[in-house]
Amino acid sequence: MNIVVCLKRVPDTTAKIKVAADGKSLDSQGVEFIISPYDEFAIEEALRIKEKIGTGEVVGVTLDPDGQDTILRKALAMGVDRGILIKGGDSLDGAATAEILAGVLKTVKFDLLFFGKQAIDSDSCQVPSYVACRLGLPRVNVVTRLELVEKKIVCRRQIEGGEEVYELPIPGVIACTKGANEPRYPSLKGIMAAKKKPVQILEAPKVDARLEVLKMEPPSERPPGRIVGQGVETVPELVRLLREEAKVI
Amino acid sequence: MGKNVLVFVETRDGRVRKSSLEAVSEGRRTAQKLGGTVAAVLVGDGVQPLAAQVAAFGASIVYAVESPALKLYAPEAYAQAVTAAVRKADASVVFLAATAMGKDLAPTVAAVLDSALAPDCVGLEAREGELVARRPVYAGRATVTIRLKRFPAVYSLRPNLFPAEELGGAPHLEVLPMQPEIRTAAKEVNVVAQGKVELTEASAIVSGGRGLKGPENFHLRDQLAEVLGAATGASRAVVDLGWRPHSEQVGQTGKTVSPNLYVAIAISGAIQHLAGMRTSKVIVAINKDPDAPIFKLATYGIVGDAFEIVPALTEQLKKALAP
Repeated sequence: MNIVVCLKRVPDTTAKIKVAADGKSLDSQGVEFIISPYDEFAIEEALRIKEKIGTGEVVGVTLDPDGQDTILRKALAMGVDRGILIKGGDSLDGAATAEILAGVLKTVKFDLLFFGKQAIDSDSCQVPSYVACRLGLPRVNVVTRLELVEKKIVCRRQIEGGEEVYELPIPGVIACTKGANEPRYPSLKGIMAAKKKPVQILEAPKVDARLEVLKMEPPSERPPGRIVGQGVETVPELVRLLREEAKVI
Repeated sequence: MGKNVLVFVETRDGRVRKSSLEAVSEGRRTAQKLGGTVAAVLVGDGVQPLAAQVAAFGASIVYAVESPALKLYAPEAYAQAVTAAVRKADASVVFLAATAMGKDLAPTVAAVLDSALAPDCVGLEAREGELVARRPVYAGRATVTIRLKRFPAVYSLRPNLFPAEELGGAPHLEVLPMQPEIRTAAKEVNVVAQGKVELTEASAIVSGGRGLKGPENFHLRDQLAEVLGAATGASRAVVDLGWRPHSEQVGQTGKTVSPNLYVAIAISGAIQHLAGMRTSKVIVAINKDPDAPIFKLATYGIVGDAFEIVPALTEQLKKALAP
């Protein structure tokens, strides 16, 4: 079983988000980039399938505007066998990203293609479905649990107040969410081995931009917080405020 | 370029989702601004009777694509139905509610149309005959204003933000014949939270954090939620500890919510939690630490022990809300 996992670099969840001088993009000065957390569930799932079956390889693919292999090396340290680094891309243009990825993935042989359900920078949830459509493959998004049953993958997809169950034929595309597993930490041995694992470097093919960012701004400020009081004696006042001032009850 | 809007209307258990009605109403307002018309499409098995309701919220024409094979969600076949309706309506703008299904379907519709998607929009505006969308990025720590460059352009709308307006009006129903090409389809749906209000669509949410000390104390949160008719949420910390399921997590690696009322019990307010709930209209925070970051955002904060305050609040609300 050959498995491809697509990874995206995103600012660390605790990074300070600052708008760049152009007013349209992120000021990446001093921002530490990590593998988008949902992608780590995808890596872990891919590694577990490979370990269970005992054959095949897991390939990590990433698109990086600066051509950095940092997050790819982390995936290799977790146990991914080799990497493909595509230089280029626009982190907010999901459709363009999907076109680039689909173009590259057409040249890679795989049985399963994994993603995280969304990258936590653009929060778009669109690349997995878009790529699947371009490659003509079936897909299931927001998968919390999967199980290989003969030539199919039984996937549980999280929806409001429950789950849907799918039987995904192979080859197919799966986008994982939290709950699927507990991603492993790279071991020291893994980190050492990662340095020597092969990474193929490609230039991103030119694709048309599908969107234009006109402006990026900090979220609108809320009025400053207000502490109504201390302790249980404040409860009647809170109920009054909710009813008479905020009018939400 | 055409000026017409097509809205995908999601149904569940034979009912139209509230967030889809919001999308229909926003579709009507957008079509007015662009100088076009708004159509809607219902997809499923036996969905025609719902057309009247969809029309009442603003759709001048309602298409129905029906087949027993479409009873449960089937991504590719649903996209096939929506794109057929887009062509029929000569639409240049497609709206969906950003629900679990909408988020799944929207990119496939965009891919089939070879266009582009603006996901999870929180604001839409017509500028010189073109639609401009505002959407949060970095889990709400920034907002971008974007313009899509390929048409028919697809937009998914965050639930609870766009007003649904019931105007009345007779339905104009048209059945679109289609042979659904099923690639994948849900085999079954397992409901785990029967009758519970869904977080992303809830008008009130009560969330609990690590300060509740253990999973056995979350009944305090649940009892308050019940009195308020609220959905229940949790912080990442308690999800990571295994006290609550991920489906309840509010924040950057969980759900982003915008209810009228958000009550945070014993949640200190890590950046990643605040990012997921900062657009709530009224925020109530109960925490024993007066320096907890949640108080910076709270419309009303109470400093104190959640184990005393929450039961008292539940009791007093019960009395206040009694008919």
